[in-house]
Amino acid sequence: MTSSSAAVLQDPPRDVAAAAIAREGHRRDALLPVLHALQDRFGHVPAETIPFIAKALNLSRADVHGVVSFYHEFRTAPPGRHIVRLCLAEACQAMGAPALRAHVEQTLGVGMHETTSDGTVTLEPVYCLGNCACAPSVMIDGETHGRVTAERFDALLAEPRGRS
Amino acid sequence: MNHTIYIPLDTSARSLGADAVAAAISAQAASRGVTIRIVRTGSRGAFWLEPLVEVATPSGRIAYGPVQPGDVAALFDCNFLTGGPHPLRLGIAAELDFFRRQERLTFQRVGVIDPLSLEDYLAAGGFRGLDQALAIGRARTLTEVIESGGRGRGGAAFPTGLKWRTAHDAPGADKYLVCNADEGDSGTFSDRMLLEGDPFTLIEGMLIAGYAIGAAKGYIYLRSEYPNAERVLAAAIAAAERHGYLGRRVSTTDFAFEIEIRRGAGAYVCGEETALLESIEGRRGQVRAKPPLPALQGLFGQPTVVNNVISLASVPAILAHGAEYYRDYGVGRSRGTLPFQLGGNIRYGGLVEKAFGLTLRELLYDFGGGSASGRPIRAVQVGGPLGAYLPETLFDTPLDYESFAGVSAMLGHGGIVVFDDTVDMARLARFAMSFCAHESCGKCTPCRIGAVRGVEVIDRILGDRDRPAAIALLRDLCDTMTQGSLCALGGLTPLPVLSALEHFPEDFAIRPRTHAA
Repeated sequence: MTSSSAAVLQDPPRDVAAAAIAREGHRRDALLPVLHALQDRFGHVPAETIPFIAKALNLSRADVHGVVSFYHEFRTAPPGRHIVRLCLAEACQAMGAPALRAHVEQTLGVGMHETTSDGTVTLEPVYCLGNCACAPSVMIDGETHGRVTAERFDALLAEPRGRS
Repeated sequence: MNHTIYIPLDTSARSLGADAVAAAISAQAASRGVTIRIVRTGSRGAFWLEPLVEVATPSGRIAYGPVQPGDVAALFDCNFLTGGPHPLRLGIAAELDFFRRQERLTFQRVGVIDPLSLEDYLAAGGFRGLDQALAIGRARTLTEVIESGGRGRGGAAFPTGLKWRTAHDAPGADKYLVCNADEGDSGTFSDRMLLEGDPFTLIEGMLIAGYAIGAAKGYIYLRSEYPNAERVLAAAIAAAERHGYLGRRVSTTDFAFEIEIRRGAGAYVCGEETALLESIEGRRGQVRAKPPLPALQGLFGQPTVVNNVISLASVPAILAHGAEYYRDYGVGRSRGTLPFQLGGNIRYGGLVEKAFGLTLRELLYDFGGGSASGRPIRAVQVGGPLGAYLPETLFDTPLDYESFAGVSAMLGHGGIVVFDDTVDMARLARFAMSFCAHESCGKCTPCRIGAVRGVEVIDRILGDRDRPAAIALLRDLCDTMTQGSLCALGGLTPLPVLSALEHFPEDFAIRPRTHAA
């Protein structure tokens, strides 16, 4: 158990939302920064915060839900403990991303937007990490890795999985 | 003796192990009792040499690369701290052929200086552009930028100075400057490299733009896929605030300016300027109809200039050296330099800043060294996912805006993605349509529905169900999307699709139905 997951248990999502709104202001344009603060902390935007945010920013719940659902990155359910984002854009395709994808999906036993049954890894697609001269690229827990072969992926994955 | 070692903190260098190399060098130095100072820089942009380690010597910075942690002990044994011989020794970094043949104006400091040291920035000519702008006043600053011939580097290539003048002349209580750092195009990484390698240049460019148009607030809309760039940029903004370059009295004048970073959330369409403004306002990133132009009615309904990172980062050099100096680079109506980005299946991938006018072939072979796989280059996509696929017969096209428009292609943000002869162009055409369907904001029908139908029609062509009719339908659909879409996403998706069909028709021949992404 890491210290940050202990903190998650202590801080109710509503308090995190309230703190973010106090920092960003009660204006509509605070919405994305507030949603990011929640996702940074909990890995997703907890559903119970939506009515609270709507009231604080003077928006309808539908408004807030519409924003959360528009942006690919915001999740509405908790992800696995580690997040693997595989780049599927053109430059990575040119260097074997489709084959890497097949390997990753087979190794993890999940498809895109799914979480392994042990709750360790969530797999997501990403369209460009800006690492196009070092393709194919994979981001694991916020760190970008380049020239990822199947073997290198297995080695990269062994490390965070061993820790969790 | 104190040795200085330079190791990039750039995302690409880190993606190849730069952090582990830095740690290994620190540990090795400690165990040998040698005092060293490690400076984390941006990357010079020769990514096949990353992690590239440089050591300061009396004759210049000697480069070693690509270095892996396992090489470090041997490098110490060979006295690399004083430039000693080793198989990885490349010579003086700045004199490597790949860099010597470039014309670096905007990227002159990237990979060279400590990106968070204001001292380094000032010593390397930083803030001379801002000083000049504050000295000559708003009107002459606008004139300089107009006369430089600089055009928007984000892709649309609209004259930067005219956009500024429009916003300057527009009536409005508050004016805003927005930097578009939502670099979502595959094959592009110049914004990221500049943000990580020389963020003060962007800050200086934003200060000059804010001053010229009369804005007191600037936003940087940065994509969430660039967490490393966000860390560097936030630290640079904080340093500029501490030293009086941002705040209520910029450089002790009456000009007030502040910068706020806004993080995107994975929506490609937010790179479109009006969708980006909606996103900053806290809404779904849906495109606005134009007119009104953002320069007249943009963020929060106020006159707003939206400029790409490289457009703004090019401005300090224009002010520091004069419009003529910048305009002397380039050809025709494409003035100055463009930082081209070589990616995908390319042997020597990286950043090449050159004046407009060299040919695609020179870039691919003289700089890029051909494909990474060693196989023939078959197709090249220039200008991101909305750019055309070009065959070998068009490789002699000069890289300037008008020449590319002349072959139904576009330069865009200067990203170049290379494919070898194993590529399946029909699959890429299908990908372009499915990407558009995935990323469409949904506001206009040609894009929202057209892209979905486009995928279906391409599947019909590949499944040999009434092929001639399906191909005619695809062309018709592309025409509707081109003419009827609100923004470049739906409007330009036909470019990769039709160029693939035009230049590589053999890939659209009869075959088993594909289920590939």
